[in-house]
Amino acid sequence: MEAGVFTPELAPSTEVASRPVWMQLLLRSLHQRHMQIGLTLTLLMVAVALFGPLFAPHSATSFVGIPFSGPSAKAPLGTDYLGDDVLSRVLNGGRTVVGLSFAATAFGVLLGVVVGLIAGYSRSFVDDALMGLSDVVLSFPQIVLVLVFVSILGPKLWLIVVVVGLSHSPRVARLTRSVTLELSKREFVEWAELLGIRRRRIFVQEILPNLVTPLLVETGLRLTWSIGLIAALSFLGFGIQAPHADWGLMINENRSGLTQNVWAVMAPILCIAMFTVGTNLMTEGLTRTVTGIDATGDVI
Amino acid sequence: MSLVEVDNLTVRLSSSGNDIVSSVTFGIERGETLALVGESGSGKTTIAVALLGDTRRGAEIASGTVRIGETALVPGTPRELRDARGRLVAYVPQDPAAALNPSLRIGKQIEESLVAHRLCDSAEEREQRVGAVLEEVKLPGDRAFLARFPHQLSGGQQQRVCIAIAAICEPKVLVLDEPTTGLDVSTQAHILQTLGELVTGRGLAVLYVTHDLAVVANIAQRIMVLYSGRVAEYGRAASVFRAPAHPYTRGLLGAVPDIARRHVLEVIPGRAPPPNQRPAGCAFAPRCPLALPICSEGVPELVAVPSGQRAACVRVAESTDARRSGQSVPEQPVAEGRTSVLEVSDLAAWYGPAQILHNISFELLEGECLALVGESGSGKTTLARSIVGLVPARTGEVRLAGQSLPVSTRAYPERAKRTLQYIFQSPYNSLNPRRSVGATIGTPIQHFFGLSRRDAEARVREALDRVSLPVRVAGLYPDQLSGGERQRVAIARALVCEPEILLCDEITSALDVSVQAAIVELLADLRATDGLSILFVTHNMGLVRSIADRVIVMSDGRLVETGRTAALLDAPSQAYTRSLVEHTPKLSTATQPADTRIPRRPSPASGQSEEGLGGWRLDANEMTPTPSRQMGAP
Repeated sequence: MEAGVFTPELAPSTEVASRPVWMQLLLRSLHQRHMQIGLTLTLLMVAVALFGPLFAPHSATSFVGIPFSGPSAKAPLGTDYLGDDVLSRVLNGGRTVVGLSFAATAFGVLLGVVVGLIAGYSRSFVDDALMGLSDVVLSFPQIVLVLVFVSILGPKLWLIVVVVGLSHSPRVARLTRSVTLELSKREFVEWAELLGIRRRRIFVQEILPNLVTPLLVETGLRLTWSIGLIAALSFLGFGIQAPHADWGLMINENRSGLTQNVWAVMAPILCIAMFTVGTNLMTEGLTRTVTGIDATGDVI
Repeated sequence: MSLVEVDNLTVRLSSSGNDIVSSVTFGIERGETLALVGESGSGKTTIAVALLGDTRRGAEIASGTVRIGETALVPGTPRELRDARGRLVAYVPQDPAAALNPSLRIGKQIEESLVAHRLCDSAEEREQRVGAVLEEVKLPGDRAFLARFPHQLSGGQQQRVCIAIAAICEPKVLVLDEPTTGLDVSTQAHILQTLGELVTGRGLAVLYVTHDLAVVANIAQRIMVLYSGRVAEYGRAASVFRAPAHPYTRGLLGAVPDIARRHVLEVIPGRAPPPNQRPAGCAFAPRCPLALPICSEGVPELVAVPSGQRAACVRVAESTDARRSGQSVPEQPVAEGRTSVLEVSDLAAWYGPAQILHNISFELLEGECLALVGESGSGKTTLARSIVGLVPARTGEVRLAGQSLPVSTRAYPERAKRTLQYIFQSPYNSLNPRRSVGATIGTPIQHFFGLSRRDAEARVREALDRVSLPVRVAGLYPDQLSGGERQRVAIARALVCEPEILLCDEITSALDVSVQAAIVELLADLRATDGLSILFVTHNMGLVRSIADRVIVMSDGRLVETGRTAALLDAPSQAYTRSLVEHTPKLSTATQPADTRIPRRPSPASGQSEEGLGGWRLDANEMTPTPSRQMGAP
């Protein structure tokens, strides 16, 4: 029969043909100017946080000069309110901010995705219940919510991760739910249901791959927020405690000496700023790639 | 000189510089209808909108001229174009639901262009013109009707409103872009009748864009067949249909299912290339059964052939003799004593408070292809979905191999889930865009047979081979495939379950005719080799003739008639079936020699039926109106 000899001429495959779509997206976003600058800044700050202590000229807690003295050969960025070396404290003080914000973001996104998937797919009272609950969380300003918990239970690092993550999750859940709701009506999900495939597998196989693109953008946004929140907590004294070095904490400690040694305040501020600007630019680059605005202005 | 003259029109994509349409030249006389035929991506809509001096976004008219009477539209200034559009040349879109503004009352939308062209000064005059044009398109002209919004009208009524909008400024040229594609056959017949009266009454020049050759056979004086943005064949409809000169035209004609004749649907191998992959020379050469090395060397010129039309093929002299194939095949005799594999009895189904299905009973026999036909809203998809357990509210019984099935698919026994496979209408929606073809086809193998991913791979390859797709498709994603290829993947995904019954829900309605032919032949093959039973849901009566052993006709959620295909289509016993059959445009009236055709009454309106071809022949005498469908409540 005719159909037996049918040999369709397929479009020549492109070199990225077999990569998952989200990876193609990431690779394509690398051509984006926003992404390039953002990624460079972010990687730089992550490197500072991770490897900074190895390059610190002094320990973070050793006395090197008169408090709030200006830059000198011994202390390139001067000294802080206790006479410790600012540069060494900056190099040591990134781990908490960077680590906690990544952890809090990951936890928040994970929680939000799970809640959103279940709510969007359940088509029952579970949806109303979960969304009602997340609206309650959403109604508190993030910083207030976090402060309430931390001031009751005390400044513990794991608590900060959990509570900051929790405060992110309703936004992620809302997004996940709306996409899931739309996807669960699509025929390929119906097909999986017809086969009798278990719900958890349908989530993982059919729905999650379609969520990756919007989630990538949302994760970037949440990361930026996490950094700000965690630095603020630390500034308010609810993060890691002195004498440990921490960027947020350093701003608070040294603000009284702003006129004597401006670097004691400016250095941590610059670090936090570069980190947030970096993650934000990455998000912007991703968004532009997703919505099809390339660096060249071409619609993909 | 013709009223419409298009000379050397070339439209290209601005970004890549690839031609969508290359050097197209044609003319349309006053009172003439030219059908522009081609598959998706051939450039037919591009030519249609170029007639209004427009292009779609991202494309530009690179060269050529379009002239209507004394007015040039290409090249034309924005002001000239504004004056010409609506008043000189008007456009009727494919999808009226998308073309009408959902938040404007239709009376307002109809008179809009009168206002824009300052044709009527007073409100009374406008009201008169609107009333007159509504009468012409057979819509009520009362105030209550004019005050309606588009969503309060039926699909047919919406299209009539679009025709009224196009006709109100009395243009000389009408561009109809697949105006009946989304409509049921009887609605289509009525719209075509209305259009015919309008066109012949006003002596309009018409460009009718379509992929439906059966419609073309009933309305057009001349045909232009388009392939990959170039004219393949151009000439009088009568000669193109009786002696198609271009291999592509012959292929297309062989692929069209005809309600009057059961025949093997001819498959054109390969697929039409997108604009950036068109081969050098004749673009059809890679798919052409008559291709020679010379074919890929240069683009063939349009040359005259003995039967009168012109065709762009180097082998045109030899190829005209070759009769097109697509032989008629006799219907298979009824095999006695076949058992039924699926029984439906007293089935009723609801969506919310509305009862969709009433007392449906039928059975599907082993190895047969049973067609389920009906117009949109007849409940045929709901029936198919309730068989697989996707309709939560149903009563009655569905028995698979004697075993009664529960209501919800979740409670179905494992065996039922595997042996009963549902193939969805749109291959664009039924495949997960973020999963590779191999992963999609592998899912049921892993699920039903407990194989590991690696062991499943061999079966995936085997399944791809059975649906005639190369193995490397397994690594591709759906958006890298054409519609036909996606539908093959969907079929492969059903085949790996080792099914006994396929429920095919309009699986070819989103595809071009040549692709449809390939899919239908594939199903016929599978039926022969695997002994599959198929329930084929469709609204295409022509297709039914070519594929089905038995037919069930549905209307308004009830069974109307059941019978053997030939008996039912040749001598329907119910008025509804008769109207479905009669309203289906027939291709064979045009392709068969005149003497074997059933004599038909000449149409007094068109006055050009002396040959039985040429012009709008869907005259009122043939139409048995079904009032409930056509002018029913919104």
